[in-house]
Order: sequence, then structure tokens, then C-alpha cells
Amino acid sequence: MTGSAIDSETAARRRAMAAFAAATPAELAAAFDADTIAGARDLRPAEAGLVMVRGRIGGGGSAFNLGEATVARASIRLADGQTGHAYRLGRDVAAARLAAIADALWQDPARRPSIEAALVAPVEARLAAADDAASRRAAATRVDFFTMVRGED
Amino acid sequence: MYVAVKGGERAIDNAHRLLAHERRGDPAIAEIAPEQIAGQLTLAVDRVMAEGSLYDPEIAAIAIKQARGDLIEAIFLVRAYRTTLPRFGCSQPVDTGAMQVVRRVSATYKDLPGGQVLGPTFDYTHRLIDFDLAGTTTPAAPAEAAAPLDPAPHVTALLDGEGLIESNPDRAAEPGDLTREPLAFPAGRDLRLQALARGDEGFLLALGYSTQRGYGRTHAFAGEIRIGDVEVEVFAEELGFAVPLGRLRVTECEMVNQFKGSATVPPQFTRGYGLTFGQLERKAMSMALVDRALRAEDLGEETGSPAQDQEFVLSHVDNVQATGFVEHLKLPHYVDFQAELGLVRQMRREQAAAQTEADGRAEADKPAEADDLAATAATLDREAAE
Repeated sequence: MTGSAIDSETAARRRAMAAFAAATPAELAAAFDADTIAGARDLRPAEAGLVMVRGRIGGGGSAFNLGEATVARASIRLADGQTGHAYRLGRDVAAARLAAIADALWQDPARRPSIEAALVAPVEARLAAADDAASRRAAATRVDFFTMVRGED
Repeated sequence: MYVAVKGGERAIDNAHRLLAHERRGDPAIAEIAPEQIAGQLTLAVDRVMAEGSLYDPEIAAIAIKQARGDLIEAIFLVRAYRTTLPRFGCSQPVDTGAMQVVRRVSATYKDLPGGQVLGPTFDYTHRLIDFDLAGTTTPAAPAEAAAPLDPAPHVTALLDGEGLIESNPDRAAEPGDLTREPLAFPAGRDLRLQALARGDEGFLLALGYSTQRGYGRTHAFAGEIRIGDVEVEVFAEELGFAVPLGRLRVTECEMVNQFKGSATVPPQFTRGYGLTFGQLERKAMSMALVDRALRAEDLGEETGSPAQDQEFVLSHVDNVQATGFVEHLKLPHYVDFQAELGLVRQMRREQAAAQTEADGRAEADKPAEADDLAATAATLDREAAE
């Protein structure tokens, strides 16, 4: 595999993992069958912990530590040996475990299309619609300046 | 000798039962749920997350309920909770330039790319009590523009392009972490910003205000305030790449401050920076003012005002530390006080004796004894502090 092929594979997986991180527990649970969930074994027990969130001085300079955020993570192995990992903001370790299963299924070329269709696409569509609505609501509060001309020239 | 006095257990247990009862309030009124606090008292939740230094709206909401709305107590609870969790790592620095903004205003440019976006602000409200809120309300659906917002680059980038403002170079150094290493002075700007980001809003507001009133003036303009959501990613060792975690709401303020120049650098504006979790505009603005004031010495400016003194600011900005030391005064100091009481009585006896001597009727007293008592009192104070 060429370097750019690896990069595009990583980029695609990051995009899918972003959807798994943003998916609701209900969206995750509806995306695959109970047998798949039952067949998954923990590589590392799902757990809640912290990530130190960093900012940049002045928005673009050197990094500094802003504060921590709770994060749930999980690593699993499916019955067929495929491994998956997940990190999500918050403390929902059950959702993180389901996200790790989704990550494992996504990596299998045979099952990727179904995960893309059942989970990644709907979550991305939901986020895009929410972002669009939020952005248009904000845009409605944008100030349109106009100039008052007083007196005669 | 150290004598432990026991006997408060029953009183403490009953006090906590009474606290739980009072916290619940009138049982005829519906109990408040954390979801209601997180959803409707969002700015209180944001403050608890920022000063608790832990982004988790659900935990912050429970803490506010547990603390009966005492936000510093809630912040204390969040700080304590944080210590029970392992740290997985540190995020990639968030890209605030790519923020999905809900509010973005600049006091320096009227017409700027992305525009002036007011968002959900208290500004321009009349600050009259809205008695409609005494009942249940159904607010009108928000207006929606036909098109989403245009991209909104940082305002300072506009000045930066002309070299009119100092740049903030990325030194690619690992930032200090005051939750891992005790703060030592002088502290770098990375550590100062971390301390300010988790610092008390009221303290920062007062210090920022003091700079405006002349105690370390910086001639600040609000170059930009932006509130919105940023993506967070963490590098995962097991994967070998940065994994997206989700989004956080943050507030950023960039102050554009008085300019300076030197023999080698032409005059240019300087910068103060504020960044907080949540929607905390007052905090972010205050933080940016204080950040700039704390740079006075580095920029070769006159110093001496409280907001410019990093040891003063950073040692007192943390409200959990501050409340711990102030509130410890209410805990039993019976032994210390008895020692002081003995000391005062002794000093009064000595003064009376000296007076008597001055009157020419008695011989000199023994001042060394008073010193011994003072030493004993100091020792007891130290024991109590430990």
C-alpha cells in the first residue's frame, strides 16, 4: 500500500470514528445485531477517564493546558478476530464499547458499506442538519450595518 | 502533647441529614433534575466546568444540585471527582479558528469577514425582571437566516497580515501542567493561562477591572470574542493517529492592547488572551485583560500593580484553595485560642508589672517568658494548619 493510500484509509477511519463518537447510544445500538455485540470480547475493559484539553496561546501560538474533559474508551475484539477502538467525550462506557464494535466492523471491507450506511451516514446527516440550523440561527443575529445620513449636502 | 477531642459524630450525622432535607426543599414542589440544570441553567454549569477544570455537563449539574446552587462548593466537588479518574492523555490543541460559532463580535472592526454575530446574548436587554418567567413559557422559535454563516477568521489575523500586532509563535514545547507539578515562580505564560482558565471569575473580573481603572493599564480593545463549538482529538498510542472525541463549547477572547516598539521592532499592538470552557464571556474577557497585565515585566513595562504581580495573582486565583484556607478558620481552634488567651493574659500582667515598676514600686519582669508563650502559640498554629 502506498503512503497516500494509508493516509486516505486513516482519514476515512477518523471520519467514521468521529461519527461513532457523536452517535447517540440508541443510534449505536440500532446499527448492528445482538450476536455481534455478544461475540465481542474486551481487549481492555471499557473505562472512563480524562483527557487534558489543550488550547493555543493567542489562538495560534504555543500550546497550554486548558482543563480536562471526561472521556470513555473501549477496545474490543470481535468473534472473527477483528479489533476495534473507541474514544468518546463523556462517561458512557457502554456507548464507547458499542463504538469500538462499530470501528471493528468498519475496518472489515465486507462490512464497511453496511456500517457506513447504517451508522456513519445517518449520524453525519444529523450533525450536518444540526450545524446548518445552528449556523443559520446565528446568522439571523448578524448585524447589518447601515449608514444614517443627516443634513443636506 | 496532642489531645484529640472526640464526640461530634452524632451531631455531624444529623447535620448532614438536615442538609439533605433542606436541599430537597418543599416536597410539594417537584424535585429539580440534573438534566434541567444542565439544560436551563447552562451558564452556571459552564462556570462550574471551567473553574472545576473538568468538562462534563452532567457531573457539573449534579454538583450544582448537591451544593444547593453554591457554585464554589460545586466546583470543589468537581475538582474532587476529577481526582478519581485516570488520565488517558492530552488533546491536540483545539483549533478555535475553525470554531462553529454561535456568537462572534469585534469591538475593533465594524465590517470584518464573517461579520458581527450577536448570538444568544444578554447585551441590549433592559435588565428588567421578566415576570412571564414566573410561569411556564413557550418562546418563539429562533429566526433562521436563509444561508449559514460565512467563515470567520480570527480578527488578529487581519492585523497580523500587516505586521501591526505581535505574533504568537508556536514554540512546539510541551506545556507545563500545574495539576502535575507545583506552581513555581516565575511561571511561563502557558502555566499562567492554565491557572487563569480554572481561576475564580470574580477574582479575575476584579483584577481586570483594576487594570482599566489605572492599576496596570493596558489600553485594551476587545479585538474579538467568539463562542462556539470546537472539535477535540487525542492521539491514541494503540492506533498511531489522533482520534476525534467530539465537540466542546468554549469562549475565546482576544484583547488588542497598547503598542510598543524598540530599536529593532517597529511599534505594534500587543495581545492578551482568554479561553474558557463553556459560554463565559465575562470570564474570558477578564482573563485576557489579566493575561496581558501579567506580561508587563516581559514587555519591559512599569510594574507594581496587583494584576501585574504573577505571584499575587496565581497564588490567589484558585477559589478552591482560597475557600479551603478561609473556611478552615471555622474549624475548631480551641487549643490555639487557649494559647493566645494565655499569652494575652501574660502580656497584660507584664504590662501592668512594667507600669508598676515605672511607678517605682517593683523590679523588672521576665520578658523571656512571653517569647516562650509566643513560640508555643506559633507551634500550635502550625499543627492546626497541618
